[in-house]
Amino acid sequence: MKKIALSIVMATLVAACGTSEVKKDVPVADHSASTTKPSQSGTTTTTPSTKPVITANPLTDPNNILSKRSVYFDFDSNAVKDEFRGLVQAHARYMVDKRDAKAKIEGNCDERGSREYNLALGQRRAEAVKKVMTVLGVQEGRIETVSFGEEKPKATGHDEAAWSQNRRADIKYVGE
Amino acid sequence: MIRLLLAALAAFVSLGAQAQLTIDITTSGGRQIPVAVLAFAGEAAQPQSVSAVVGADLARTGLFRLVNTVGVSPLPTEPSEVNFVDWQARTAEALVIGKIEPQSGGRVEVRFRLFDVQKQAQLASFSYVVLPAQLRATAHRIADVIYERLTGEKGVFSTKITYVVKRGTRYELQVADADGANAQAVLASNEPIISPAWSPDGSRIAYVSFDQKKPVVVVQNLAQGTTRVLAAFRGNNSAPAWSPDGSRLAVTLTKDDIAQIYVIPAGGGEPRRLAVTPAIDTEPNFSPDGKWIVFTSDRGGSPQLYRMPADGGPAQRLTFDGNYNVRPRYSPDGKSIAFVQREAGRFRIAVLEVDTGQVTVLTDGTLDDSPTYAPNGKMILYEAQSDGRGQLAAVSSDGRVRQRLVSSAGDVRDPAWGPLPTN
Repeated sequence: MKKIALSIVMATLVAACGTSEVKKDVPVADHSASTTKPSQSGTTTTTPSTKPVITANPLTDPNNILSKRSVYFDFDSNAVKDEFRGLVQAHARYMVDKRDAKAKIEGNCDERGSREYNLALGQRRAEAVKKVMTVLGVQEGRIETVSFGEEKPKATGHDEAAWSQNRRADIKYVGE
Repeated sequence: MIRLLLAALAAFVSLGAQAQLTIDITTSGGRQIPVAVLAFAGEAAQPQSVSAVVGADLARTGLFRLVNTVGVSPLPTEPSEVNFVDWQARTAEALVIGKIEPQSGGRVEVRFRLFDVQKQAQLASFSYVVLPAQLRATAHRIADVIYERLTGEKGVFSTKITYVVKRGTRYELQVADADGANAQAVLASNEPIISPAWSPDGSRIAYVSFDQKKPVVVVQNLAQGTTRVLAAFRGNNSAPAWSPDGSRLAVTLTKDDIAQIYVIPAGGGEPRRLAVTPAIDTEPNFSPDGKWIVFTSDRGGSPQLYRMPADGGPAQRLTFDGNYNVRPRYSPDGKSIAFVQREAGRFRIAVLEVDTGQVTVLTDGTLDDSPTYAPNGKMILYEAQSDGRGQLAAVSSDGRVRQRLVSSAGDVRDPAWGPLPTN
């Protein structure tokens, strides 16, 4: 009984750790002030930027395409559709300009099929978005692709309307 | 077709939540052995009826029919007291009698005898000295002995199962007895938990945690409650599967590529990639002899089952019917593989006979997933989703007996059946 109590305490601790990472809309533009920050990958150089100073945070400005983060996919497909190319290209340009930005692309699936195969499929969707961005010049090491498979549905229904919302890759920036 | 309703008990101690687990059994075809399980003399004074648990265990398999025992008085406790002619008249083929007597130190002695009614012969007799709190576990051991004597196969009544319960945004990994009783939460999180896998000795469970905002493979020691991250590499870390000797785990990683299969020592260490393919390879599972790994790959354009040598090497495709065959699990004798097959938009549990390639669909759900064999190979436990809610269900490997484990605990998913106890 004592052992079980202990394991529940452990579990609670683990859960507590999991919930402590509260997401905040940290203005990424502020981070760019420290352009001399050493790069982890060592691939960036410290050439001074001649780009105009960003005043508002484009990532959260609803009028900026960069505030749009979701790419939706067809059933059984990991092709980035034309209607989402502009969005992905805008994020690629943002990352090319902002050399210290690091992205995490999260792939998702609808609930049908096995959990683990869906996890792999979600990752392939995230990879497809990443590929569009690396082709446009973002270094491979600055984008991590992960998957939530069918585990984190945005829409909780059980029909095509919900499923189409859940076949998705979300672009997120580290530190947001 | 016979329907039985057994209200199995309900001790969901999990973090305060009470939940009733009801097992609904359907059998079709096949002969059932008529067995009479008499009340054990002296059990009325105990906190737990032993005979009721024994009877429920046997009935749940669908292989036995419980014979009416009403009106037997006094209860026989010795072979000389058994009226075999009466039991023949009641059509019983097997008879179980027993008694429980207090011993020193608060313990009790449980004695039981199993008889062949036709031959009027004793088939088994055992006695256990236990604490009253262990009576339920003792009843499962008695049921295991009876099952083995009458069917020739090992009983699995003393085994454990694990599964994930989702309530709102809360996830719990629970461990329960094979009949759903004594459920305990061993892990709780606000992030998803998937793919639990028992170590071969039953002491640890590997699973996939999303606490780091991405899938990471964790191994938890059940007795100590300690956890250790086994794989948290760049990208996804998932689909843990133990080798039969417990020395290593196969996992799916995306650190170098899309999903590919690697092997990691059970104590942690560097993963070794087993194959380099241009497609998704995932859901590895070792054959019981340790020679093979069966897995899902979509290298041929659709997800299908393949197997490769456990140390890597050329893979061989195993499934050819349909365009979606995933989530393989070897049967304990290695002769069959249970998996999920999609046909006409429905996902159902099927079994592949390895030598002949013959596939038999066992279930008729719409979103069935995660099959897991009982350690005697006779039942397959799985997740049956309906109306958006996961529930556990089980089907006998010949398809004749079906159980639904109906729980009020929430969304129940991703079961894994533990090994036989090692005592």
